[in-house]
Amino acid sequence: MSDTPSKILYCRCAFAKVVPDGVKTEVLDGLCESGKSFESVADLCEMAARKDPRIQTLLDESGTTRIAACYPRAVKWLFHQAEAPFPSDDQVEVINMREEKAPDILEKLLKS
Amino acid sequence: MKNDIHPFQVVLYEGKGASAWDKAERLSVTATLLDKGYSVKRITENVANESTSPVSDAYPVLILGEFNEAAPDVFDGSGKLEITTRDTADLDSDGILELVATVRGEKDAGLNQPGEKGAWKPWFPVIDYDRCTNCMQCLSFCLFDVYGVDDEKEIQVQNNDNCKTNCPACSRVCPEVAIMFPKYTSGPINGEPVKEEDVARESMKVDITSLLGGDIYSSLKTRSEKAKSRFSKERSPDKALTERKKCLTKLQQSGIIPAEVLAELDLSTLPSPDEIQRKAEEMAKLMGES
Ligand code: SF4
Ligand code: SF4
Repeated sequence: MSDTPSKILYCRCAFAKVVPDGVKTEVLDGLCESGKSFESVADLCEMAARKDPRIQTLLDESGTTRIAACYPRAVKWLFHQAEAPFPSDDQVEVINMREEKAPDILEKLLKS
Repeated sequence: MKNDIHPFQVVLYEGKGASAWDKAERLSVTATLLDKGYSVKRITENVANESTSPVSDAYPVLILGEFNEAAPDVFDGSGKLEITTRDTADLDSDGILELVATVRGEKDAGLNQPGEKGAWKPWFPVIDYDRCTNCMQCLSFCLFDVYGVDDEKEIQVQNNDNCKTNCPACSRVCPEVAIMFPKYTSGPINGEPVKEEDVARESMKVDITSLLGGDIYSSLKTRSEKAKSRFSKERSPDKALTERKKCLTKLQQSGIIPAEVLAELDLSTLPSPDEIQRKAEEMAKLMGES
């Protein structure tokens, strides 16, 4: 995927404790510090379940999107289930906050 | 309860015509709003990042900023978004959070707040269609009609509200390890990549179809008269209930359904034999047509 993402999305996973608190706080801090525009949502699972209309606006149809959330396989099919499928796998990079360390996640999210 | 929830978007604006927020305030307001269930978009000068996708539905948007002049009136070209702007220059973090709650109240936008009484915890299956073979085992297994089929007869999750919180049982039924629960603790159910040994383990399933009051799944496949008569015998409510209790105990022993979920299951709310039969007939129709 291109190195300049047109969108950055951060999922807070607010309804569960599956993403370590320290990781999600450090990632949010880094995004806030970065000076970049970004989208953040309380809980992608919750939005997908309700088919929240905003989910249709979270991915960039023509450019690229980087998402800080959980396992890429889960996030990909969650968007699909919410009727907002990834435009193509190449256009969306999911970075796993359950497994990766905050500095690595930030580097992947913010690299240009 | 999901009908009471209405999207409400908060925007922290730090672009042209507004000052940058205090560092600590930006983080604390964003984190607190997210933890309360809001979606927050931050817009900075760096709006090369901004590409808009069409909005399918109307919802209110609250733009917060420390504007250099009076908070501007902003209109959405599509006419769908109801945009409100508020100046936050004189407010501390608590004041900003209060302002957001007030505007949301004015817009009558119900929020699903994590941790609040009555909040709906998003717990539902997600299908990996790269793995799914459309075998319908999940549909036949789930007692709560979470699954259904679309017009093309492809399996889909239709009633995610019905799913029993923290119960991942249907994911253990799927022979292809295609069912995920993203908030589950361990893999591959949580979406971790599927390994060969996961597939092998899933092939050693317990006889969960008996939970439906008999081996309906295979009996429908063969449509044997014998199976039909066995099924009709099980239409006695007492017998079906006893059978279900027995199967639930088996499931508990197998560790497929967590004990706390089983404890919450009210056997009397499980489908009646009539409902089981209706479901069985639907399955038969589906399988006959496919
Ligand atoms: S997508 Fe992943 S990180 Fe986001 S709410 Fe769901 S489980 Fe949590
Ligand atoms: S049991 Fe698995 S493979 Fe079969 S239809 Fe359901 S998700 Fe697909």
